[in-house]
Amino acid sequence: MNPIQKFFDKIEPLFEKGGKYEKYHTLYEGHRTILFRPKLVTGKKGVQVRDANDLKRTMITVVIAMIPCLLFGIWNIGHQHFLAIGETATFIQKIGIGAIQAIPIIIVSYAVGLGTEFAVCVIRNHPVNEGYLVTGMLIALIMPPSIPLWQVALATIFAVIIAKEVFGGTGMNVLNVALTARAFLYFAYPTDISGEVWTYLGDATAVDGYSGATALAVAYDTALNGTGTVLESFSSFWAEGMYSFKNMFIGAIPGSIGETSTLMVLIGAAILIATGVGSWKIIFSVFAGAWLMGLGFNAIGVNAFMEMPAHYHLVIGGLAFGAVFMATDPVSAAHTETGKWIYGFLIGILTVIIRVVNPAYPEGIMLAILLMNVFAPLIDHYVVESNKKRRLKRATV
Amino acid sequence: MSHTIKLKKGFDINLAGKAENKISNAPKPETFAIKPTDFPAITRPKLLVEEGDSVKAGTPLIYDKMAPDVLYCSPVSGEVVEIKRGEKRKLLELRILADKENEFEDFGKYSKSDIKSLDAQKAKETMLKSGVWPNIIQRPYGIVANPEDSPKAIFISAFDTHPLAPDYNFIYRDEEEAFTVGLEVIKKFTEGKVHINISEDKEMLKMFSQAEGVQINKFSGKHPSGNVGVQIHHIDPINKGDIAWTVKPYGVIQIGKLFLTGKYDASKKVALTGSEVKEPQYYQTSVGASIKNIIKDNISGDHVRYISGNPLTGERIDADGYLGYYDEQITVVPEGDFEELLGWIKPTTSKLSIHRAIGLLSFLNKKKEYVLNTNTNGEERAFVMTGEFEKVLPMDILPNYLFKAIMAEDFDEMEALGIFELIEEDVALCEFIDVSKHELQAILRKGINLMING
Repeated sequence: MNPIQKFFDKIEPLFEKGGKYEKYHTLYEGHRTILFRPKLVTGKKGVQVRDANDLKRTMITVVIAMIPCLLFGIWNIGHQHFLAIGETATFIQKIGIGAIQAIPIIIVSYAVGLGTEFAVCVIRNHPVNEGYLVTGMLIALIMPPSIPLWQVALATIFAVIIAKEVFGGTGMNVLNVALTARAFLYFAYPTDISGEVWTYLGDATAVDGYSGATALAVAYDTALNGTGTVLESFSSFWAEGMYSFKNMFIGAIPGSIGETSTLMVLIGAAILIATGVGSWKIIFSVFAGAWLMGLGFNAIGVNAFMEMPAHYHLVIGGLAFGAVFMATDPVSAAHTETGKWIYGFLIGILTVIIRVVNPAYPEGIMLAILLMNVFAPLIDHYVVESNKKRRLKRATV
Repeated sequence: MSHTIKLKKGFDINLAGKAENKISNAPKPETFAIKPTDFPAITRPKLLVEEGDSVKAGTPLIYDKMAPDVLYCSPVSGEVVEIKRGEKRKLLELRILADKENEFEDFGKYSKSDIKSLDAQKAKETMLKSGVWPNIIQRPYGIVANPEDSPKAIFISAFDTHPLAPDYNFIYRDEEEAFTVGLEVIKKFTEGKVHINISEDKEMLKMFSQAEGVQINKFSGKHPSGNVGVQIHHIDPINKGDIAWTVKPYGVIQIGKLFLTGKYDASKKVALTGSEVKEPQYYQTSVGASIKNIIKDNISGDHVRYISGNPLTGERIDADGYLGYYDEQITVVPEGDFEELLGWIKPTTSKLSIHRAIGLLSFLNKKKEYVLNTNTNGEERAFVMTGEFEKVLPMDILPNYLFKAIMAEDFDEMEALGIFELIEEDVALCEFIDVSKHELQAILRKGINLMING
């Protein structure tokens, strides 16, 4: 027998009924099942053998799909940093700076989130759930690199408790947990999560002419000032070529840690779709909705932002990241297959509307997804009703 | 008239240990048992015999107080040796020590022309008292049919697509006469059609594919295309207030034999299958037989599970346990009650999965025969994933919503979402693939019981 198994067996009585740490049994079990697939067997009646997949593997698949975004994000923090202060740096230096910024955020997100989760599990005597594996990484990836760590902690606690645990834990939440964390910061500490926060400067001073504005902000300002087109503003940005379509697709632009690279997001999407964990219907329809809405605005064309070529919407801001990793959260998304098409499509449309029309929120994907999270049960309701109606109709014919 | 229905959804669980087309005669089992728990409708079983009584094949043993006309009879002649009860004196098993020579109760022989002119009421009476009636199952609910009803149609699925299922074309190849006569009798019970559903994917016996006076429907596709519930959904679905009956080919044959010979013939061929069986093949035995003699010296593993039935819907029994009333298969698989280091993340080609989550590589090798043990491969969780059950249920039903309606005990929702169309076997694949490891068949049965009693 494995020595770790022996150790677990040895301490098991402490956590059993009547043991010293009886209250913490769920934590004991949670840790043991992370190391060992449990020895549970199927019941007397019903399926006698089961599929190899479980929720843990499903969740870790999503985490793995996010790794390209994370690695690219770490490099990009360093890249943006050295670009802003006007120094050239090696790949290693960029990674170094990026890691110093990003890793503490990840650690805080996981430590605080899991801590909160464990506490709730002990209080409510729930099994420890693997849902936070994904949420913890998501929260870190949608934070600006310069975010104060205490804000990450606060947002995480708020999101885990208010968005998830009060509803009954993993599987019961209405809103996407990670986006709730982000929305919390957005409304509680707006100055720390908008404006000049997307590039980590540290103690260094930026070069002359530097601007930390994101592509969305540039596009929005162009429309506000009424000078030239968005593409002209992009090409006259202080850092040359920063907001070319290609560069934005690759993702070497300022933004949240993991959201900037459409390319890396698409690699993640490929993993999610190939493994069947993420719904391709949602991913596709978010992109389709955003693009079609972009075309729609092109046709109206009242200001420069509306006239921005529609495909630019797909590579700027967090649309791609949100479409692939947030909108596909199976719990908060629509549950019916038909509903998924509608849900994704409306997210795409709403994102572009919020971006272009609403002056208060330059990024639309967060609010679009949260809004559609709330409406997803309504969409499902109509899909379910139509299923019932088909059945009734069949009976009366 | 025949038409083909192609089902795209479903999943074939390709397991090691398929029965070879060979029939062996294991030594006759010493004991047989009737288990009231095999019949989900029996709520208040009443005994008609006591320990020590001598019985013949066809002597009634029990009946249900709620449906006293249906008698459950002894499969063999012998002595009632034990009446096993569980908690709250619930009747679990009635064991019979078999005689060397089988003696039969006589229910009266009929010539083929008599059978043609036999009236339905008389046929029912004979079937009810002789022990063959429980072969007739009612939809909705999947319970033994009420003889007072007249069903809108009767459905027979002539093939079984469950993992390692017996091949009806093989085991019933010599039963044409009994099947045809049984069919003749069954036709009397409905004003509507009798449907025989055959597989388009394999050569079917002529008694199925060329049966007369019935509608032949062809189905193709993966499991559960052989489930009669799925077939009914596509032919003539069950709506509120509808009653249809289903019979397995074995039941039809048994009914045929009853009228041809006047005897309750409980002999049947069962497939002994599974990765832990040395020589998977068919055995000649009887309803309710002890599996002891069949599995003797035939099992390779030392820590195994014996299943009466198939690995999706079967029931765990002991090494000296008894074959379930409706089962035509014994499956032996390894037990999985051990921990596995990082078993939830390790890449594997040896475990089967419909999913392709990281490290699950079975989709690369669809031809491989898998050895699956009884481990659940994970703990029970809340429903998280969506859109998965739909992939293995080829019906216009939203399983997630139905299960949630059952859990909430919402009668209107259960009805509206299609509970009348399902029984356990139809959702067994959902249960198999469920990453949240719910016992969906048990949940469905709970819902069905609510509908019956509510």
